[in-house]
Amino acid sequence: MYNWDFYTVLLSLDLFMWGIWMTFLYTVGSILIGTGVGLLTCFARLSRFAVLRLLARSYQEIFRCTPLLVQLLWAYYALPMLLGFSISNSTAGLMVLSLYVGAFYAEIFRGGILAVDKGQAEAAQAVGMSQVQTMTNVILPQALKKMLPAYINQSVIQVKNTSLLYAISVAELTYMTAMVNSATYRPLEAYTLTALLYFAMLFPLTQIADHFERRMRRSD
Amino acid sequence: MAILEQIKTPADPAPTKPVMELRGLKKAFGTLEVLKGIDLAVPAGEVLAVIGPSGSGKSTLIRCMNMLEVPTGGTLAFRDQPVARRFRTRAGSIGMGTLRRHVGMVFQHFNLFPHMTVLDNITRGPCVVLGENRAKAEAHAMDLLAQVGLADKRDAYPAHLSGGQKQRVAIARALAMRPDMLLLDEVTSALDPELVGEVLGVIRKLADDGMTMVLVTHEMGFAAEVASRVIFMEGGMIAEEGTPDAILRNPKSERLRGFLSRFHG
Repeated sequence: MYNWDFYTVLLSLDLFMWGIWMTFLYTVGSILIGTGVGLLTCFARLSRFAVLRLLARSYQEIFRCTPLLVQLLWAYYALPMLLGFSISNSTAGLMVLSLYVGAFYAEIFRGGILAVDKGQAEAAQAVGMSQVQTMTNVILPQALKKMLPAYINQSVIQVKNTSLLYAISVAELTYMTAMVNSATYRPLEAYTLTALLYFAMLFPLTQIADHFERRMRRSD
Repeated sequence: MAILEQIKTPADPAPTKPVMELRGLKKAFGTLEVLKGIDLAVPAGEVLAVIGPSGSGKSTLIRCMNMLEVPTGGTLAFRDQPVARRFRTRAGSIGMGTLRRHVGMVFQHFNLFPHMTVLDNITRGPCVVLGENRAKAEAHAMDLLAQVGLADKRDAYPAHLSGGQKQRVAIARALAMRPDMLLLDEVTSALDPELVGEVLGVIRKLADDGMTMVLVTHEMGFAAEVASRVIFMEGGMIAEEGTPDAILRNPKSERLRGFLSRFHG
């Protein structure tokens, strides 16, 4: 019978807290940057200009069709060889996480915008609204509602993806857990605690996504 | 033949300046030519009914009149000024944005904004496009809602309205821009038969008030009653045009006779 000893692990609670804080920062930072990147990419995909569409599409496919772990390792270890200067692990991590989630967000935004009936844009244009006015007053408010559940789901995945920063030694929650483990030799307790901490962060988010999804179905 | 009893006398023949004028207007979608050169002038105060079989180009014509479809040939002039194929107005020609501020449009499927209340649906255009302040836009909107008999629905969302109510709100939304002219694209076609009357009532009132209107319609009786002129379209051309009396009672061509016979049963 295994003798559970959470006490030893909990002595390093400050390290876990630091890990949570870093996980939170990388998640929020990459979601914010990724949302901006995603919106720009989405508008580029919907643009009249073929060059913009091609560029946006290429970026999306590169980031969607290669593993995030490989992207992180490439940006941190390989990219500096091309650039001729080194990049800190935090910069490489934030950059890759943002671009990665941005590629997926763009697809979610695009789907939401295309799901709005064409007649809506026509009705807005018929009262003289410009393209930007049509987008901000009529299309985006409706598209946002449609895309919100998928957006939250992608963001939940993003919280979990920050754990891959471990591979480039960013001191987020998973990395800190590994440190606690090597100091205490209590992997079962350390990783169980970490799993519980991730769960506690993510469960409320999935509930929010479900809530919006239910509300959306009702209002349709 | 109840509709023939409703035919009104020809409109005052005195020529008035056209609000809108189309010359050789063409529209092609790829290789498919839908409008093959339309010449048409719409004088102020005219109620022009556009009839014709489906696929004849009626809807494309009316959508070209506010540039929702950009013509591929010919010219469109609004109040003697050519309309350019760009949004903004510059010297020498007016842009599509300016045109649309002056030419209201009502759609077959209403196209109300589902995320806004009735009041917001009506005021958003004037506030965003004309820069009207909220209080003024709301006062005007309430006035229009009273005219279409829906003042009590100001805070309702479109999902909670009947088809007829939705279309009356859509008409109020178009009128909120204080347009010089109104385009109505089969505005009763999506309605249950018992709801058609309430919408036609509103349009009749607008006609009586002297609003310049172009309406694509399948309601022959209504066209006969309110229109000052009727055009019959076929194959992307105006095949016949004249007073409601001439077109609906005395059709010249065999095709128009055939077309009308379907409505007379």
